[in-house]
Amino acid sequence: MAVKPTDRDPSVRTLIAPGEMTGRTGRWIYRFVLTLTLVGFVLAFLFPLYWMASGALKSSAELARSTPTLLPRSWHPENYGEAWSTLGLDRYFWNTVVLAFGAWAFQLVFAVAAAYALSALRPVLGNVLLGMMLATLMLPVSALLVPTYLTVVDVPLLGVNLINTPFAVWLPACANAFNVFLLKRFFDQIPTELLDSARMDGAGSLRILVSVVLPLSRPVLAVVSIFAIVGVWKDFLWPMLVLPDPARQPITVALNALAADMPVNQLLAGMVMASVPLLVLFLIFQRHIVAGLTAGSLKG
Amino acid sequence: MTAHTRTPRPAPVAAPEQRAARRRVPPRRGGRSAALRRNLAAYLFLAGAVVCFALFSWYPIVRGFLLSFQRVTFTGADEWVGWENFQRLFDDPLFATAWRNTGYFTLLALVFGFAAPLLTAVVLNELRHGRAFLRMAVYLPVMLPPIVTMLLWRWIYDPGPGLLNNALEVVRLPPQAWLESENLAMVSLVLVSTWANMGTTTLIYLAALSNIPGELYEAAQLDGASIRRRLWHVTLPQLRFILMITLLLQVLGTMQVFIEPFVLTGGGPDNATVTVLLLLYRYAFVYNDFGLASAMSTVLFLVLGVFAACYLRLTRTRG
Repeated sequence: MAVKPTDRDPSVRTLIAPGEMTGRTGRWIYRFVLTLTLVGFVLAFLFPLYWMASGALKSSAELARSTPTLLPRSWHPENYGEAWSTLGLDRYFWNTVVLAFGAWAFQLVFAVAAAYALSALRPVLGNVLLGMMLATLMLPVSALLVPTYLTVVDVPLLGVNLINTPFAVWLPACANAFNVFLLKRFFDQIPTELLDSARMDGAGSLRILVSVVLPLSRPVLAVVSIFAIVGVWKDFLWPMLVLPDPARQPITVALNALAADMPVNQLLAGMVMASVPLLVLFLIFQRHIVAGLTAGSLKG
Repeated sequence: MTAHTRTPRPAPVAAPEQRAARRRVPPRRGGRSAALRRNLAAYLFLAGAVVCFALFSWYPIVRGFLLSFQRVTFTGADEWVGWENFQRLFDDPLFATAWRNTGYFTLLALVFGFAAPLLTAVVLNELRHGRAFLRMAVYLPVMLPPIVTMLLWRWIYDPGPGLLNNALEVVRLPPQAWLESENLAMVSLVLVSTWANMGTTTLIYLAALSNIPGELYEAAQLDGASIRRRLWHVTLPQLRFILMITLLLQVLGTMQVFIEPFVLTGGGPDNATVTVLLLLYRYAFVYNDFGLASAMSTVLFLVLGVFAACYLRLTRTRG
């Protein structure tokens, strides 16, 4: 899988020929469509986000008015601070961070190890295991909600109850065939000669993985990491089920639980704080995210 | 269980690569003991992932099927009850309602959610300015945690100080009871769902559009095809495969709609937005009737299995 920009060369021919856009009417139509798209997109996709962030800056009285104000009449940035400390969003926020990064670490270690074994070591029955993993991609996750929940309540063979522990989020997140699939496909493209020559020099399997394979795999590791972190950060239903103790809940679950009792401006401030890390992540890693989206569903 | 979010999961379409991989045979040195060592190392590396898959994916698949014929007691062995769970499920009048509502949601989501990203992608692909900005804008809602999206829209839909009714007032249209009206509630949910998810599909279409060879358009134009005919006879046929994929993924996703009705309407008004997954959630986690919920899961599994099979056929037969 190549992490490449999907932005193609602007000189490449598309549906409408450049010549068709240069005439007087052509240019007029182009400008009209461009303006319409820009205005439409700003209104449809950016304005609701602005509305949320600016609403968090308004006073409760201003929010309750029947005609909303475009700009806050009086600015109350302290709403953010109050939501953070008084309502205890700081704790929920850190719970989310712990859940997301723990799940990321487990997923990365397990998936990289499994993909490396399937790609380079090729054990007996390896293809059967890979097939069984890939088959789970076809299952509707929600149909497994109840049995997975009951498994977490009483893990077979181990006999432990994972409810209210972060493992209830971390370990099921590792049963992610997409990670294994993506990593294995990438490892398959690493020239065998590289691995062989490292083996000739006396490197063991772990050494080859760490010193040869991983340094070559940065792009795919970035894709897997981002999707792992974003996935757990956004998740709502599963953590709500397995973390019933409010002190352990991530911010998504807490916001829903507190929504009814919170002042609207502080709720909005909390919503902004729950979103900002993901929006920042997106702005930094846009290319990787787009590459991950199109990997697999397209050849590219 | 991160996949509860409804971003269509990228699909495994890697047959050629897998075939290429099969050619690589690990170096055989030292005969049997080396092979044994290699297998041992491989299974050590695989252990973590296999245990997680076994406990939280493969075992629950079997358990879920068995559970639909059992009564969960939590105090010891689960009781076998035969088809009783299914009988009770089909006797529940909400069962039919939930499937009808889910079907309606899926249909509406196809009407909005299928056309909107395609149209957006085709237009964006022609624009020579602001593409990076527009692509970012359409994808931003996808990055929001779904619960934030739902709480934000609950506030926007608010009939009092809500943004939407005030916007309608500005353009002199009557205010609407978005989430409280039996006719409009489902449409409101679909609008939110489309807003939140169309970024993904748009970016996938944009990538597919950029793979269409420019010569096809040139040739069509030389033959005198108008822009509309080129769209119909070049663009759409070239996108056919990816359109089928996203169609199936979208149906699979929207049939499992949960968080929209859970947060925005709670299934109301008058059960107009009770969906299959919302009902399943109630069976399991409100009434603690895990047998009944498992019967529901099995039915959902079978229905979605048909679409999954279509999807598999499609991705296998291609290339």
